[in-house]
Amino acid sequence: MEGESIYEVDSGDGLGADIISTVEFNHTGELLATGDKGGRVVIFQREPESKNEPYSQGEYNVYSTFQSHEPEFDYLKSLEIEEKINKIKWLPQQNAAHSLLSTNDKTIKLWKITERDKRPEGYNLKDEEGKLKDLSTVTSLQVPVLKPMDLMVEVTPRRIFANGHTYHVNSISVNSDCETYMSADDLRINLWHLAITDRSFNIVDIKPANMEDLTEVITASEFHPHHCNLFVYSSSKGSLRLCDMRASALCDKHSKLYEEPEDPSNRSFFSEIISSVSDVKFSHSGRYMLTRDYLTVKVWDLNMETKPVETYQVHDYLRSKLCSLYENDCIFDKFECAWNGSDSVIMTGAYNNFFRMFDRNTKRDVTLEASRESSKPRAILKPRRVCVGGKRRKDDISVDSLDFTKKILHTAWHPTENIIAIAATNNLYIFQDKVNSEMH
Amino acid sequence: MFLTSVVPQWPFYNLDTMFVRGLKRKCIDGEEDIEGTLAGIKAIPSYNLQRQSLLDMSLVKLQLCHMLVEPNLCRSVLIANTVRQIQEEMTQDGTWQMINTQSTGQTSLDRLVSTDILCRSSREQAEGKQVPGYSNFNKDFEDDQTQDSSETMSTASSVQAPRNLQSNVWEMENAQENRGNFQKSLDQIFETLENKSPNSVEDLFSEVDNSYYDLDTMLTGMMSNTKMGHCDGLETFSSPTTTTSNSNCKSDLNELDHIVEILVES
Repeated sequence: MEGESIYEVDSGDGLGADIISTVEFNHTGELLATGDKGGRVVIFQREPESKNEPYSQGEYNVYSTFQSHEPEFDYLKSLEIEEKINKIKWLPQQNAAHSLLSTNDKTIKLWKITERDKRPEGYNLKDEEGKLKDLSTVTSLQVPVLKPMDLMVEVTPRRIFANGHTYHVNSISVNSDCETYMSADDLRINLWHLAITDRSFNIVDIKPANMEDLTEVITASEFHPHHCNLFVYSSSKGSLRLCDMRASALCDKHSKLYEEPEDPSNRSFFSEIISSVSDVKFSHSGRYMLTRDYLTVKVWDLNMETKPVETYQVHDYLRSKLCSLYENDCIFDKFECAWNGSDSVIMTGAYNNFFRMFDRNTKRDVTLEASRESSKPRAILKPRRVCVGGKRRKDDISVDSLDFTKKILHTAWHPTENIIAIAATNNLYIFQDKVNSEMH
Repeated sequence: MFLTSVVPQWPFYNLDTMFVRGLKRKCIDGEEDIEGTLAGIKAIPSYNLQRQSLLDMSLVKLQLCHMLVEPNLCRSVLIANTVRQIQEEMTQDGTWQMINTQSTGQTSLDRLVSTDILCRSSREQAEGKQVPGYSNFNKDFEDDQTQDSSETMSTASSVQAPRNLQSNVWEMENAQENRGNFQKSLDQIFETLENKSPNSVEDLFSEVDNSYYDLDTMLTGMMSNTKMGHCDGLETFSSPTTTTSNSNCKSDLNELDHIVEILVES
């Protein structure tokens, strides 16, 4: 993979760059949206391929920036509601405008992004600056004409879906019917219609009658890419539940439960915590699901509930460090995972600004680093290695010198091409594979 | 008593650092011990000590939370589950039972000095300040413990038991282990908490309106007030509701503005 571009998401308020909290390509890959801790959304657009250099693909440049969410205060509970953007999901494009959903802990917003590259000129009542003309000077009528202007990108909030969640929203997912979407918090999942903001349907509710009995929460959820009645949600106990909305209005009873039995030899007090699923993603084909827990990524076949079909170790060398990681809270980090366009490669982030890719066909994997030093434009990324005692090669990093503050939680893969977006704290890295479309 | 109030001004990070420093050594050293013992080889004092450290660490984690923002529910649930696991194992081991049959008198009163930090925290506790959602969770957790422990032993209230357990274990270990910074700081936390007699702890709670704790009630109240849009299943169909008008109005206003803008311009 080649290092392509690095963007520092700057808050612009003199306080320096802000931490990126979500990254998402749109359905064509032309646009890339990032959300940050300050409630801002930055959209990048890919420049069209230049005719002069037929082999050079377009770069991503800033297209639009807007403030999506503001901090709020819940007076009843005396608690702040963070403006951090937890998730962004693009709607499939239906006309010239682009639309996306962005959410913080409590409120989901639908934004419409439009371009304006022409403006009317030749008004009868107003002059060029917009001041009203003296009517006595108007002797004839003219028809205003549209003249080209510098491209202006306008972003407007079209819908605000508020008051739907008591707990913190962790995921949103647009249905394949393009009319509805769901939002999930720790205990409930709601179904919304994109055009209706004052009403939503609760489709999953795992809140126990007594909060004392609470032992499991919802960690992520997603609609099936093709079947508009199916969705999956993951839990903090490491299970996945596939639900069918045709079965009942309240989908508390799952259609399928995907759970791998615990390995007794690996059992420890941290077993449950590391089994908590932090992200779930359907494959593009809709046949598989990808889950991420603390130490592994797993591929599940929708037809097999008893165990995943593939398991990949992301950073097994951390298994002996779980106590320290529990102590410094790193064990609760929620990493995301991603499929490539053909579902042949999966990717996820790790610590020390490392991210990992696994080729499902060749079973080969690679560890790469997102850092300024290794990512000059056109620089080729060098595979990294973490050594666990024993022989140490040059350039290897030892487990003890890993920087646990540099975590890559959010990654995204272009829907069709080998372009990936990696969020490393407050920097966005975009890497392209220009030579091959396959992993080598 | 695991927590009464959590204090915004409490410079918990200081305590945490002390805490972490000492703990880290023990944790890394003992990591293999824990897993070793689970495989069946128990080096009793060391394993118990490690398990105890984990329990204490977990309890402190549940207490130390961000004050301004609602704590992460997933994290809290996972930590609470870990605590439950440890306590279950301790119950099975008989450790729990054994500890509890020891005299509940005394403990570490003589060897501990409350720091200014801890004094501040206990003063805040006396004021009965609470973070409703969070405190509710921990109160529930405490209730949960009451349930568990009452099934397995007939002794003093559970509120007492964990505290005594910890302090007594420390006492037990004392003869064999060296006191590190960690022990002292942890003891200080529990010492302060221990100083309050059960009665006063209950008094603390009684000062605060209990209905405020019940997150569910609170939220139900909030819901009915603001006429939230989301209800169970099909009920929403029959009763279209309005959200707080503000957000809706704003978006409508923006749209309206936009339209007016266009109209006015042309």
